[in-house]
Amino acid sequence: MAEMAIKKKRPKNLDLPTIRLPLPGILSIIHRVSGAVLFLLLPFLLWLFESSMTSPETFARFSEVANNALVEIILLGLIWFYMHHFCAGIRYLLLDLHKGVDLQSAILSSKIVFGVSIALTLIVGVQVLW
Amino acid sequence: MVNRILVGAHYGLKDWVIQRATAIVMAVYTLIFLVVIGSVGPDSFETWRSVFAGSFMRFATFLFFISLFYHAWIGIRDIWMDYIKPDGLRLLLMIATAAVLVGYAGWAIQILWRT
Repeated sequence: MAEMAIKKKRPKNLDLPTIRLPLPGILSIIHRVSGAVLFLLLPFLLWLFESSMTSPETFARFSEVANNALVEIILLGLIWFYMHHFCAGIRYLLLDLHKGVDLQSAILSSKIVFGVSIALTLIVGVQVLW
Repeated sequence: MVNRILVGAHYGLKDWVIQRATAIVMAVYTLIFLVVIGSVGPDSFETWRSVFAGSFMRFATFLFFISLFYHAWIGIRDIWMDYIKPDGLRLLLMIATAAVLVGYAGWAIQILWRT
C-alpha cells in the first residue's frame, strides 16, 4: 500500500509564471524568503548590536549607520520581514493545533497576518528608526 | 540490504518539535523586547547598555540568540534540502551554515558578556 502510494505518478505543474498563488501561498513563500534574508543579514545585525553595546565611540558609529537613509529603508524592510515571519509563524503554530484549517479561516488568518505584521512594522519602525 | 519504507518512522520529528519550541521562545522574547524598546529605545549608550546588563534581560537575550541560531539551522537546512539536489554541494552548504551559526553563537555570547 505505502509502496504504491510512493510510486504513484502525480501531475506536476512547476511553470512558475503561470501559477497564481492564493493568499496563504503568498504568505508561505514570504515566510520562507524572509527567513532566508534574515539569516543572510545576521552578520550585519549582530555587528549593529555589537556596535550599540560596546562603547560610547562604537555607539556613535552605530547611530550614524542606523540614521543613514538607505540603512533605515533596509532596516524597515528587515523589521517587516521579522514581523511577517513572527505573525505567520504564530499562524502556523495554530494550524499545527488544527485551529483554522478550513479554507475560509485560512484565508482570513492570512489577511490578519498581513495586516498585523504591517501595522507592527510601522509602529516599531517609527519608534526605533525615527 | 535493508528494505524498509521511510514513512511514519518519526524521521525529522525532533527537528520539527525544536523548530516550534525555539519559535515560541523567540516569540515571547519579541514581546518582552517590544515592551522594553517602547520604554527605552537606543537613544543613549548608557541607558541602552543598562537594558542588557541586568541578569534577566541578559539571560533572556542569550536564550533568544541560541533559539534563533538553532531555528535558523533547521530552516536553512530545509531550504538546502528543497532546492539543492547534488549531494556534495548540499553537504557543503549545510556544513557552511552550521559553521557560521556556531560562530554567531560565540559572537553573541561575547557581545552580551564582554561588559
